[in-house]
Amino acid sequence: MIRFIKNIFLLSMLAVAGCSDKPLNSPYGDTEDDKVFYSSFQERPKHLDPARSYSSNEYAFIAQIYEPLFQYHYLKKPYELIPLTASEMPKLYYLDNEFNKTDNKSKAHYTKYILKIKKGILYQNHPAFYKKNKKYAYHDLSENQLANINTLKDFRQENTRELTSDDYIYQIKRLADYKNHSPISGVMQDYIYGFNEYKKKISKIKYGSHKERINIIRKSDISGVEKIDRYTFSITLKKQYPQFIYWLAMPFFSPMPWEADSFYSQPGLQKKNITLNWFPIGTGPFKLTENNPNLKMVLEANKNFRGEVYPSRKDKIINRKIIEHNNKKEVPFINKAIYSLEKEQIPRWNKFLQGYYDNSGIASDNYDQAISLNNSGDISLNKDLEDKGIHLTTATSASTYYIGFNMLDTVIGGSSERSKLLRQAISIAIDYDEYISIFANGRGIIAQSPIPPGIIGYQDGTNNYNKILYKIKNGTVVKRSIDDAKILLTKAGYNNGIDKKTGKPLILYFEATGAGADTYAFLNWLRKQFKKINIQLVTRVTDYNRFQEKMINGTGQIFQWGWNADYPDPENFLFLLHGKNGKVKFGGENASNYNSIKFDSLFKEMKNMENSPQREKIIKSMLDIIQNDSPWIWGFHPKSFSLSHKWVENTESNLMANNTLKYKKINNILRSEKINLWNKANFTLLYILLFAILIFIASVIIMIKKKDKEKIYD
Amino acid sequence: MIKYIFKRIIYAIPILIGVNLLTFTLFFVVNSPDEVARLHLGNKRVTQEQITSWNEERGYNNPLFYNSSESGLNSFKETIFYEKSFKLFLFDFGMSDSGRDIKYDIKERMWPSLAIALPSLLVGLFINITFALFFVFFRSTKVDYLGVIFCVALMSISSLFYIIGGQYLISKLLHLVPISGYEHGYESIKFLILPVVISVIYGIGSGTRWYRSLFLEEIEKDYVRTAKSKGLSESAVLFNHVFKNALIPILTGVVVILPLLFLGSLIVESFFGIPGLGSYTIDAIQSQDFAIVRAMVFLGTILYILGLVLTDISYTLVDPRVRLK
Repeated sequence: MIRFIKNIFLLSMLAVAGCSDKPLNSPYGDTEDDKVFYSSFQERPKHLDPARSYSSNEYAFIAQIYEPLFQYHYLKKPYELIPLTASEMPKLYYLDNEFNKTDNKSKAHYTKYILKIKKGILYQNHPAFYKKNKKYAYHDLSENQLANINTLKDFRQENTRELTSDDYIYQIKRLADYKNHSPISGVMQDYIYGFNEYKKKISKIKYGSHKERINIIRKSDISGVEKIDRYTFSITLKKQYPQFIYWLAMPFFSPMPWEADSFYSQPGLQKKNITLNWFPIGTGPFKLTENNPNLKMVLEANKNFRGEVYPSRKDKIINRKIIEHNNKKEVPFINKAIYSLEKEQIPRWNKFLQGYYDNSGIASDNYDQAISLNNSGDISLNKDLEDKGIHLTTATSASTYYIGFNMLDTVIGGSSERSKLLRQAISIAIDYDEYISIFANGRGIIAQSPIPPGIIGYQDGTNNYNKILYKIKNGTVVKRSIDDAKILLTKAGYNNGIDKKTGKPLILYFEATGAGADTYAFLNWLRKQFKKINIQLVTRVTDYNRFQEKMINGTGQIFQWGWNADYPDPENFLFLLHGKNGKVKFGGENASNYNSIKFDSLFKEMKNMENSPQREKIIKSMLDIIQNDSPWIWGFHPKSFSLSHKWVENTESNLMANNTLKYKKINNILRSEKINLWNKANFTLLYILLFAILIFIASVIIMIKKKDKEKIYD
Repeated sequence: MIKYIFKRIIYAIPILIGVNLLTFTLFFVVNSPDEVARLHLGNKRVTQEQITSWNEERGYNNPLFYNSSESGLNSFKETIFYEKSFKLFLFDFGMSDSGRDIKYDIKERMWPSLAIALPSLLVGLFINITFALFFVFFRSTKVDYLGVIFCVALMSISSLFYIIGGQYLISKLLHLVPISGYEHGYESIKFLILPVVISVIYGIGSGTRWYRSLFLEEIEKDYVRTAKSKGLSESAVLFNHVFKNALIPILTGVVVILPLLFLGSLIVESFFGIPGLGSYTIDAIQSQDFAIVRAMVFLGTILYILGLVLTDISYTLVDPRVRLK
């Protein structure tokens, strides 16, 4: 009987699973292809249009499809840019105010980048490129043609074409087009010559149809973006801006064929959600073959991809064996990547442990299950996970989290000595070591300044440190004591937290968002930190919209914020304190509205320099200024922990490079073996349950019969 | 009957307008169009120029209810309320704030919701009625008391416990079905087993108690006493007479929720990764996509009204004494 039940269950589950030899709890169908990478995503991407996309969860997909001119070397640290579709690094010319070349950098008014792309790069096959009788067959679809079209796969014909410099130029025009809502159009109008004029011109043009609009965009040019030949173009900047090359490595500067824009702008396709925002078209190693952000995203190898050699192991700094095997082999190593939407932590973590996801992050709920601290305080994986062959990769993110003071506030802000000493005293009192240990599971390092590790100007807290908050004691750097903070507070006129002028206790206000348990725990902790120096902190919890409103209007007093680097340059962090970026006055990213003439003039000097000892010296001076003024409580730089199974090879930590899927390699034999071993179906409970049900049914029948008889006799 | 249905449709219009007005007011009291734009455009490097252009493109630059710069009917037509909410009456859901066609998304996502809700309803109905009949059969005995305690215990446990516990036991320890995920077509069955089982178990407590009370009410009636005095056995009375008569409230109770099955379950879909309408609504609320929220509220209202009309009609079908006027 038991054997019969087991067979029935197995047969039904096999039928459901498509007669697969995979375990019953496998969430995947049968696939013949063994070079598949399985992973998950937590939040559905909002935009896959490179002109608009600006978040890491979107870059995880589009960076595998679109190819900007440059990329980060996968293995090198500090981060280094190398050509991707470019045939070489750009040639840079300085131009005087009459656009003549000059060797004198100080006289240069304009900077011109000559950019050359490799020949023979092909786009993925796509219906937008398909021509019939020399005309694009799918650019003007009729209602009848659209009737049977529901996805991109429904187009029977597709074609490709070669990548040309026109495609990069077209994309830069798209960045300027207000219709695309590119988040960097405001930044680029400050740098690219003619960008702002083009932007204004395009916004005023009236057009009848989308096709007409695309034609107008193609025909009108940005003065600073010129085509030189089929494979070469130039970008002229209004000033010197060495960091511009980093922008050229971001998806914003990916090529966009005008054919794609023309194809996707058809209203009939937009009604079926077939848009450029959802179906990317690129030259990269992968193409998006299934886009269901509510369920899964599937990337498949682009057959037209030219191939790329795995980075040389000579460049490798972290010593890992695996690199040797892949040397000079062509990427991508995998044929397919399946990303499943997994909103909740628990199923995501369990599926990773079952082997159904090749990699995973570590959520705070799973931290204790995954990580342990040894006697010397080093972080290591728990034994269970180590036994499974899981390995841990850690890296410090190019990010910073801080508590900011609104410098426009009358109590905490301003450049007076009184407010400066108050800010310094608070900065000493806040124990970020404790914060990291409680709220980030130890995953972070204390920040001495806005600049995170791996970027020139970073202060490690031993050789270079923040002298306002730390001091040398017995040869080691230690944080100044609470007594020191209290002395500063007294100097500021708040002896024991009482305002000397009014005789009333000093009350400060902290603006917070979110209403979860974590938020309240953090706010309690923060109140205690202020209490150490007898300052009362009132926390004002509100929703994110109200919080933003307070920041924009400058009505908040103290707040917590963070920044993820766009590129690994100190300018991308120090600009957060540049006066011209003040949030209230200029709508910029300087949320604390800090304004220092000295800092701003050094910033102006530093930002146009190449990395050099002189630049480092200027950065040091800038850090001295802001550390003394303390517009922020320098918080911490988060550490990223990621786990991957033994069968995943080439798992290097490179937090600047987004296009790393092509380097990943899978040992499928090992994966299948382990998954089968870890997921053997256990029918014991099923038997017990079925047995109990049968007993229950039998007893019920007997009881009913018995009761019926009793009634009759009654 | 047709006259009655027509009358109900006419009654539904002010309800729909009211619900729409309420949703609209609540949404825009909490969020200004600028805030919604900022959320959609992201946190980094957003300029006021981009916010204005985003609002203009979606018609959020108009006044909320009354446009004083226009005259006549246009002062009402050139408003966010007219543009965004009034068109719903023509079933024109428009595009979501993220640029996707809402009608298309609803059509795609209602099927997975239905795939969980329908089997959960049918299996749940069968099990709950069976348990209820069993407890009623042994009413006022220890079996009945224990059954009620069992039901109250089941009702007292959070649905999250069932979900996490079910995933842990069935998928993680016993490895019988996938923890989460979904596939279209018949492959979806292996993903639906666990959420359906959990939904059914979760509903046993409340369902059984509800049906038990219906049967108990019925069993006190005169015709039951007559049947018993005729010498019919307890089981014959319960299954042949009481059960049939209690079907009327059961049927009407089921009919009223039938249309709402399309709307899906918020928590179950989120934990099991089912791309249904429940998770669609939750995502829209989280991302402040007003276009989707208003469409889903409108749809929910219509389906609820439809459910009530169907209930009234079903009364006339199962109970000849009821006539609709």
